[in-house]
Amino acid sequence: MAFFGPTAGWLVLFFFVPLAIIWVYSFGENISLTEIKTTWTLDNYKRLFQPAIISLFWRSLWLSFISTIICIMIAYPVAMVIATSSAKAKPWLLLVIILPFWTNLLIRTYALLNILGTRGRLNDLLEWLWNLGDGTLALIGLGGYALLGDAFQPVKFLGNPSGVMIGLVYVYLPFAVLPIYSSLERMDRNLLEASLDLGASQWRTFRSILLPLSIAGISTAAIITFIPMLGSFLIPNLLGRGQVDMIANVIERQFKSANDWPFGSALSLFLLYITFIILAVQAFASMRKGGNRDG
Amino acid sequence: MARKRRDRAGPFEYSRKLSLRISFLLASIFLYAPIIVLIVFSFNNSRRGGNVIWKGFTTKYYGKAFNNDSLIEAFTNTLAIAFISTIFAVLLGAMTAVVLWRFRFPFKPVFEGMVAMPIVIPEICMGVSLAVFFSSFGLYVPPESPFPLNLTNIILAHITFSFPFAAMIIRTRLSNFNREMEEAAKDLGATEFQVFRDILIPHMKPGLIAGALLAFTLSLDDFVITFFTSGPNTVTFPVKVYSMVRFSVTPEINAASTILILITLLVTALAMRFQSFEEGDK
Repeated sequence: MAFFGPTAGWLVLFFFVPLAIIWVYSFGENISLTEIKTTWTLDNYKRLFQPAIISLFWRSLWLSFISTIICIMIAYPVAMVIATSSAKAKPWLLLVIILPFWTNLLIRTYALLNILGTRGRLNDLLEWLWNLGDGTLALIGLGGYALLGDAFQPVKFLGNPSGVMIGLVYVYLPFAVLPIYSSLERMDRNLLEASLDLGASQWRTFRSILLPLSIAGISTAAIITFIPMLGSFLIPNLLGRGQVDMIANVIERQFKSANDWPFGSALSLFLLYITFIILAVQAFASMRKGGNRDG
Repeated sequence: MARKRRDRAGPFEYSRKLSLRISFLLASIFLYAPIIVLIVFSFNNSRRGGNVIWKGFTTKYYGKAFNNDSLIEAFTNTLAIAFISTIFAVLLGAMTAVVLWRFRFPFKPVFEGMVAMPIVIPEICMGVSLAVFFSSFGLYVPPESPFPLNLTNIILAHITFSFPFAAMIIRTRLSNFNREMEEAAKDLGATEFQVFRDILIPHMKPGLIAGALLAFTLSLDDFVITFFTSGPNTVTFPVKVYSMVRFSVTPEINAASTILILITLLVTALAMRFQSFEEGDK
């Protein structure tokens, strides 16, 4: 039991005490540039209901929500391939998906920044596709109508919600693959065979057997991508260019340039509470499901 | 027709279906293309807008990155922080793992939840709370302190977020420990300490190594928490790159990033070797 002291002590000192401090600060007021007085005011929490902050939370939630759905839609077929590949290929395919996750987040975001610019590689690709399409149209005799517009217009990804969403999906895709993969891996494959033998189509088997049986993996994937997405700072900061702020960007501003620690504390705690609510709902849902199965 | 296709790819042979293979390929391209472009353009001989037009091959930006003192200092800081925080994270993680694995005590689920908290809470909340904690409590480290000491705040922060991860990995390793070994040793007269030193620690070793490598990469990777706990004189590599990206576009960033990617690959390869070593051990 001698080990309990240091670990619990460390956690309390460097994790819970700091959280308690910002909790206290969230009831404080700036009385001068450097001084904060704890007056147990609720003003910082009232300010969370300003239209600007509500729309900030709303934007963060839907950006994360849509990115999570896209992540899962990409991750599912990827997980299907890995789960059903040969024992020899499996670890390598897994490595292909996990390796980017080991690369520094800042470097990955920066790499994406270069790709997404108006003169970046993604727009090069789109321009190439546009020329291809335009050329095809000319070939079949529709060249004179400029059906695709007069010239290629580069798409503006940076400073746009689309760029931030691409970033979120790019960074958190590996998170989504792993839980879906492990739920598919554990699945009883005889069920799929039975379904097909009884005459169901591949699609029907997918919809009625594979998908329902992997729902636990999907919901885990959704949680572990959604939560970090909601709190992400770098991606909206670099790819949103200050125009697609998410919660963390506004929190950062309160602590750095705006120097409004009490409001920043209230914002951080609110983000923390949202995270806990999501986790609690997930725990409750999986508990109820477990209970039903037993009953 | 449908039957014929089913014969070619059986019910659970999704990996043989062309459409799924293509989606795997596209996802991989999506994941790797930006990094590959970054690495390729680190050799681009173009000063302005180094990421837009290819102007020929050069390695001069690697030379420039190596001669950039503030970049090298940031790099040294990052490695020092990673090394020191890894040592403490593994120690604390091992203790936590032993406590959680070995003992039953009241409020154990509470303690478990406490340990998991740093893993689940948003990074920004932890960064902000530690920044406020360090600035409002006495843990003031003078910025002119000698080298590793000036990094104390960042190191403390890194230990705090990485040791729960190490604890999880070590605990997994402990869960397949054969208790009979311990009892045999005790029957043969070993003391509690001898059992710990000669039986438990050797069993934990692969877990300790895997936990250390994870803590190391987490520390190398961290931006947000470091960003909030670093001072103007204690810049780490990610924080330095961030300010370079924010305020100017220099081709050195590509070169420096490529070097960090290579280091990460090396650590990952090591981690995998130990992981397979651990599996062979079972």
